Amino acid sequence: MSQVSMSPSMAALGAASRPERRDIGLRGRYAAERRFRLYGMAAIAFGLLFLFLLLFSVVSKGYTAFQQSMITIPVEFSEQIIDKDNERATNPQKLVSANYPVVARDALARVLGVAADDRAAMREVNGMISDSVRVQLRNLVTANPAIIGTTQPVTFLAHGDLDSAFKGQINLDVPEKDRKISDRQIGWMNQLAESGALSKHFNTGLFVNGASSRPEAAGVGVALIGSLYMMLIVLVLSLPIGVAASIYLEEFAPKNRFTDLIEVNINNLAAVPSIVYGLLGLAVFVNFAGFPRSAALVGGLVLTLMTLPTIIIATRAALKAVPPSIRSAALGLGASKMQTVFHHVLPLAMPGILTGTIIGLAHALGETAPLLLIGMVAFVADVPATPMDPATALPVQIYMWANEAERAFVERTSGAIIVLLIFLILMNVGAILLRRRFERRW
Amino acid sequence: MNMMSEAAVEKALDKKMNDISYKMIGKDVSVYYGEKRALYDVNLNVRENTVTALIGPSGCGKSTFLRTLNRMNDTIDGCRVTGRITLDTDDIYDPAIDVVELRARVGMVFQKPNPFPKSIYENVAYGPRIHGLAKAKADMDAIVEQSLQKAGLWNEVKDRLQEGGTGLSGGQQQRLCIARAVAVSPEVILMDEPCSALDPIATAKVEELIHELRANFTIVIVTHSMQQAARVSQRTAMFHLGNLVEENDTDKMFTNPDDQRTQDYIMGRFG
Repeated sequence: MSQVSMSPSMAALGAASRPERRDIGLRGRYAAERRFRLYGMAAIAFGLLFLFLLLFSVVSKGYTAFQQSMITIPVEFSEQIIDKDNERATNPQKLVSANYPVVARDALARVLGVAADDRAAMREVNGMISDSVRVQLRNLVTANPAIIGTTQPVTFLAHGDLDSAFKGQINLDVPEKDRKISDRQIGWMNQLAESGALSKHFNTGLFVNGASSRPEAAGVGVALIGSLYMMLIVLVLSLPIGVAASIYLEEFAPKNRFTDLIEVNINNLAAVPSIVYGLLGLAVFVNFAGFPRSAALVGGLVLTLMTLPTIIIATRAALKAVPPSIRSAALGLGASKMQTVFHHVLPLAMPGILTGTIIGLAHALGETAPLLLIGMVAFVADVPATPMDPATALPVQIYMWANEAERAFVERTSGAIIVLLIFLILMNVGAILLRRRFERRW
Repeated sequence: MNMMSEAAVEKALDKKMNDISYKMIGKDVSVYYGEKRALYDVNLNVRENTVTALIGPSGCGKSTFLRTLNRMNDTIDGCRVTGRITLDTDDIYDPAIDVVELRARVGMVFQKPNPFPKSIYENVAYGPRIHGLAKAKADMDAIVEQSLQKAGLWNEVKDRLQEGGTGLSGGQQQRLCIARAVAVSPEVILMDEPCSALDPIATAKVEELIHELRANFTIVIVTHSMQQAARVSQRTAMFHLGNLVEENDTDKMFTNPDDQRTQDYIMGRFG
């Protein structure tokens, strides 16, 4: 046979010798994989949608809270109103109790050209000025009584309703009598805005002021300080206690029924509703130990109790994840148990421990329920100087503002949520950075 | 030890006379993991400056015996050791013996290379540092260099001592672990299948190293490779089902063993 005639028969032979392709269900397997990917993507899209909705609704409602309408006009510190009988030298109370709102009202009326004897108009002029002007002008005058009788440019807060109207949050199609702000006030507002006397400024008051029934003067200052105190207390107490407890349980404690029981209990404690911790804190720290109510100290202690199980569980998981070969290596060299743990195991577990701690802290930062029970839901206007003074917390402030009806409080509620979210994001970024830093050591 | 009992002195002299010096003596060693018994009355002596290979099928107790020699079994929950093991004249299970000190005298190299996630320098310096073996930085530098020399790694890593130990190749990592063990200047080095995770070239290097280390250290090595036992050891002990089957000169063991089971195992009939 020649080669030419052989090759077709060879090819036929080759084809015949190739086994029949078996059906091993490839089509079904790939379809299952595609389906699973689709489910996964759908789940993520669903989650992202809600995250976006949350952020959009909070930011769109809340961003205006970071601006505040202020009125800047020349104010005449009229001796006639402040100290008619010139008795401030003998009676210091005189300057404290003087009728400062009238000073501001008259100043604004003069700018707007409202006649002093038009009582209804004067009342409406007064309605454009925040009540906080009383304290502001009083402080100016008591700090420097020489300004009485002079005219000074002063910037003060517009009334909350004017602020809302100026930000375009009040629907002007509503009949005037159902509106918080009258047509005449709207006219004055436009007049002031044109002359530059009314303008929006960055709202520093939101970050430094305490509680106030006037939304334009209310801020999260007290809540921020309270939350800060509590976070410090939680960090200082729960990190060392939690890490020490975990190290003991994981590395030193004998494995017996008693330690099993402790482990089960720690896991259960992590699942106990936070309001129960509030009750515990009320009973133990306030009623029994006699710590003051509404104090950041008590809040911090309660949140420490609440955070400890989280930190212990995270730390134990991190310690468990350290390869046993590292322990063997150190023990085999003659390191003591303590040296093994502190020189090798703990540094390797550190990223996990820090992540767990910061997640626990973030959880504590957003916790509201236990704080309600220990009296941190309170009207606190003064910034707490120590953790023993009454304070509120950010989430509690949000809760309280959310119960208010004024339009200006609605935007402040969202503004406070933005502040809280920013803090949470900062903490989580901190967790990621710390983890990176520790992991970089090979 | 300067406080040897008279009997111990006599025993030591006795050993000298027979020209065999035993570094470690195991007498009736039994090990229990909870209820399960892993070793049955093993009597095995380890000769000084000798490589002793422990062979046997998986689960025969050779690693367990190795770990009794520096009390690494202590770290396993529920593990109990009976019998007597001496290092020179000290009973290592005597409550008066500190396990930390024991492990400084009996070092260990593990199956999988396990360098610390620190620099090469720190890996070697860690043992001497915790035992306070170097007073000045220069002393420590010298210890690190000598140890890496002894482990045959110095030329490969001398320019990158501050780089991570985990960045080395598997064979280099295992030699780093050997250098780390050597740095403490132990009397005995235990090796638990030190080459099982290495390729043939790295294995050859480690085996060569074991040969050289024998001059200064007593070595006990567990291995699954019969060829390796034949290549590196002078004495071989064969374990089976928790019993010591036979202990003999390696040459004799692989040519004319006394026990049929050894013969069968070496011929590959079981295991």
